[in-house]
Amino acid sequence: MKKIFKYVLVDIVQNKIVLIYTLLLLVISLSVFNLENNASKGLLSLLNIILIIVPLICIIFSTIYIYNSAEFIELLVSQPLKRRTIWLSIFSGLSGSLCLAFFLGAGIPILLYHADPTGIIMILMGLSLTVVFVSIAMMAAGLTRDKAKGIGVSILLWLYFSLIFDALLLFLLFQFQDYPLEKIMVFVSFFNPIDLSRIQILLKMDISALMGYTGAIFREFFGNTTGIALSFAGLCAWIFFPLLTSLKKFKSKDL
Amino acid sequence: MKTLLPIYTLLIFLVTAGGELEAKTIRVGKSRTVQAIQKAIDLAIDGDTVLVDPGLYQEEEIFVQKSIILKGINYPVLDGRNKYGIIRVNARDAVIDGFKMQHSGRSEIKDIGALMIYDSYRVVAINNILDDTNFGIYVQNSTNCTIKNNFLTAYGKNEVQSGNGINCWRSDSLLIIGNKITGHRDGIYFEFVTNSLTWRNISRKNIRYGIHFMFSHHDTYIGNVFEENESGVAVMYTNNIHMYNNHFLNNWGDATYGILLKDITDSEISGNHFTRNTVGIHMEGCSRINLYKNAFYNNGWAIKVQASCDQNSFTSNNFIGNTFDIATNGSLVLNSFDGNYWDKYEGYDLNRNNTGDVPYHPVSMYSMIIDSNPASLMLFRSLIVSLLDKTEKVIPGITPENLKDEKPLMKSLPL
Repeated sequence: MKKIFKYVLVDIVQNKIVLIYTLLLLVISLSVFNLENNASKGLLSLLNIILIIVPLICIIFSTIYIYNSAEFIELLVSQPLKRRTIWLSIFSGLSGSLCLAFFLGAGIPILLYHADPTGIIMILMGLSLTVVFVSIAMMAAGLTRDKAKGIGVSILLWLYFSLIFDALLLFLLFQFQDYPLEKIMVFVSFFNPIDLSRIQILLKMDISALMGYTGAIFREFFGNTTGIALSFAGLCAWIFFPLLTSLKKFKSKDL
Repeated sequence: MKTLLPIYTLLIFLVTAGGELEAKTIRVGKSRTVQAIQKAIDLAIDGDTVLVDPGLYQEEEIFVQKSIILKGINYPVLDGRNKYGIIRVNARDAVIDGFKMQHSGRSEIKDIGALMIYDSYRVVAINNILDDTNFGIYVQNSTNCTIKNNFLTAYGKNEVQSGNGINCWRSDSLLIIGNKITGHRDGIYFEFVTNSLTWRNISRKNIRYGIHFMFSHHDTYIGNVFEENESGVAVMYTNNIHMYNNHFLNNWGDATYGILLKDITDSEISGNHFTRNTVGIHMEGCSRINLYKNAFYNNGWAIKVQASCDQNSFTSNNFIGNTFDIATNGSLVLNSFDGNYWDKYEGYDLNRNNTGDVPYHPVSMYSMIIDSNPASLMLFRSLIVSLLDKTEKVIPGITPENLKDEKPLMKSLPL
């Protein structure tokens, strides 16, 4: 397992796209912090990057990588190795290298310019989102043999999590405006990893606003230790559920 | 005139003669002839000084009805044993200086103040420590009184059972200076108090408001600090107030405001700092208020202006790091917002006169949505909301189009 993990990691780290991704993140975060005259405004701009670009790059890159390494996977499968080991090594290699890229590109600038609880939770959420979307990509890639279809599915999934889900939620919020929805909203937010991480960051960032009327309910839930633990558990579920689904599929797949 | 002359002469004679009379000092203490403060006061005549040695004095409500100076040496302790008010003053030119008053009583029927000043003129309460009192200093129907450098602490549990720190009712020309108030219902409470000055007080961690006043016209508030009060500060039904260089800090929560202005008119609010409040200023039914050179930092909402406000002007203020700058509840805008610095402004300044060339719309669409549907706060800062906000900035639909700053500043003001 260690060996395959190392192969995948080295292979991806050398990949030009990942290098460009790292550099892109680095340039964006450095310029964001240097252009804005206050660091918390820079952090706000970075929030959008983390919530939009990171999932997009992770899901698409991982999907393409899995399709491209189909031959490598076939080769590995012909060796006396468990399929489970192969799949998990690829997953750890992918998420490890992308996490490394994120940490170098965005994490270090955040630590340099804004090393407070907000900055740290932002890095944590960026890393979790990276792993979550690698896991979702592996599920998407496992669904079909057709590369174009697979990439299409990944893009759709990204679009769903970052845009459509929230749009639907907003629509429902206005349809059921007359009902108390706060508790349901807390529940619903667990169905979208991006929402989960956004709320965690918001609670650190817009603390005064969220202390307002409804804020109190979100803060009561997400602000205390149980809530934080639960939302981390939610993010972990978002890592393991797609990964295990794809693993199950890969085990019995006719390559 | 001629007939008046002898009277004047007589008056002058009387005054000078009075001055020549030696004002005596009566000392009170365990080792002295006079052992009770009340007895010393009974012995004194106008102009005398009663000096009280350190120690514990458990007398029932001390009554001061003469123009005397009642002074404690090294904070003698006056204990109300949770039954009585501690000092009651009904006098002209009396001074209460340097006592520690503790455990005052509480009554359901009337308000018992640890230090009651009523129907008085030119009474001074200075350098006292009030600990575990219900109402702290209670000024009623008095004029020209000074409440200075007192330290008031209460341990109230709820709004109903606790009293106010400095409670003033139907008074005029009061000076409230340099007091520190904690743990009361309202730190400072004014009702029908006019022409007064509130200066350099610190009112924090009170159960309800830091300061609360109504029907108190022509008052001035300078350099006070209102911090972490359960419901912030609320002021109502008053005209001609002047607030300069006050600090409103860390007032968090549901229906908590840095300051709530309700039906305030013809006033000036300048040089104040509003930092980390859920809502910096909430205005309702206010008219002709000049708000200038205030600093709004890191609030949830810097200002909420209800549509019932008119002719207020907001100029030369700094808005930095607030989640929302301005929120309102209607499309009618009768207030002006020109010449402020907004950190969210994204315009340009081609002629380099430090004024942006395109107007700034401080009301974000999403703050309107949250106002009508609070649960939607959860989607704040998501992609869909950012997109909606950007669209709204280009083509205003929901937000009031006239609520804009025509001359937004490019650089923040040094406040």
